[in-house]
Amino acid sequence: MIRVVLPYQLQELAGTGREVTLELSGRVTQRAILDGLESRYPMLRGTIRDAETKRRRDFIRFFACGRDFSLDDPDADLPESVAQGRDEFRIVGAMAGG
Amino acid sequence: MGTIKVFVGTRKGAFILTSNDKRKDWKIDGPFFAGWEIYHITASPVNPNRLYASQSSGWFGQVIQRSDDGGKTWNPVGNNFSYEGDTGTHQWFDGTQKPWQFKRIWQIQPSVTEPETVFAGAEDAALFKSTDGGMTWMELAALRQVRGNLWQPGAGGMGLHTILLDPKKPGSIVIAISAAGAFRTDDGGLTWKAINRGLNSGSELPDPTAEVGHCVHNLAMHPSRPDTLFMQKHWDVMRSDDAGGMWREISGNLPSDFGFPIAVHAYEPETIYVVPIKSDSEHFPPDGKLRVYRSRSGGNEWEPLTYGLPQKDCYVNVLRSALAVDQMDSCGIYFGTTGGQVYASPDGGDHWEAIVHDLPAVLSVEVQTLS
Repeated sequence: MIRVVLPYQLQELAGTGREVTLELSGRVTQRAILDGLESRYPMLRGTIRDAETKRRRDFIRFFACGRDFSLDDPDADLPESVAQGRDEFRIVGAMAGG
Repeated sequence: MGTIKVFVGTRKGAFILTSNDKRKDWKIDGPFFAGWEIYHITASPVNPNRLYASQSSGWFGQVIQRSDDGGKTWNPVGNNFSYEGDTGTHQWFDGTQKPWQFKRIWQIQPSVTEPETVFAGAEDAALFKSTDGGMTWMELAALRQVRGNLWQPGAGGMGLHTILLDPKKPGSIVIAISAAGAFRTDDGGLTWKAINRGLNSGSELPDPTAEVGHCVHNLAMHPSRPDTLFMQKHWDVMRSDDAGGMWREISGNLPSDFGFPIAVHAYEPETIYVVPIKSDSEHFPPDGKLRVYRSRSGGNEWEPLTYGLPQKDCYVNVLRSALAVDQMDSCGIYFGTTGGQVYASPDGGDHWEAIVHDLPAVLSVEVQTLS
């Protein structure tokens, strides 16, 4: 079970709480998590990454285990603690004014 | 007794203001989509329960929301706005060329005849069409063929911000882009032409009368006279009586011919409204006096409408989509400001009162008249 934490705006959009859980088969990567998330919550398509290119939006960051994974290969394996649900995979809106 | 709903898009959410035909006491609902920019929220003329809202954010991109119960509940619909084919490039602020990149939807215009058809104006400039209530979108890409490489962003971005639909000829659409100009199609978007003859942009363009590149801020049309178009350009208020074939200036005695919105009275096709703004740099009302100007002669002769509006120390702006009219017997006029006020006049502009004072900066105002 993967635990994914959404920023407030996307919680509101998807009608979820702070954390959603996903069951993934196969390797646990950024891409697999986001594919699973968008499959379960289609209204999130395009809000975290571009709907066509799948490129992460500029003001979105991915944190887990005290690390920033935003610039990592989206197909790289995430830490085992994320795959086992001990640590959260956090989707974060970057700090910016407004 | 009729009902008026004023749909207000702001920098931090949407609001729906409801009153009866007296337009005195108002119920304020919202914020909807709190924290998101709502560039536009509007109703279908065919199905009054069908509303659309353009919800966007610098963080999370574009969402289109749809309501089928008059705004009580909302659901996201399609937000995949993919440009068709190779977009080529447009001018950037510095004159270099830059590829098209989708940023947001500025304007949503539901069809006046087909309940499931709706148009959306995008930044970077493009017109999208949906025939399934906003679930899927297709670009009417021939528009970009009209010298798209010479279009350029205005200060707010290269947005397609105005969509006028001819109620008698469904294939006829007039749109405006900052800063590219006005364009029209008469075959549903298969072919387009620039309609910018007569515009003079000597302050902004190397060729003041260029075919494209003009910073058109807003267009207005009375549905009974689709060949008469009114324009608030960056500088100059203009009109055309031949569907955009030629424009002539009607700024007349306005204290400033700069401004953003323009609107036509519901029943008097020669009565038009603008809100003069001091520019190029200030973008607030001249002399700190918030004045709507009305012409009852189709332009050139303008009168200030001030009763109930602040006449000193007022330094708000009124943006291009933030002026609208209702269709009550006594035509009501509404506008919103960057200071968060929404003003209403139930008598064509003679008397004004603020419906609300303290909303987030207002981006758009639309009005729905329900019998």
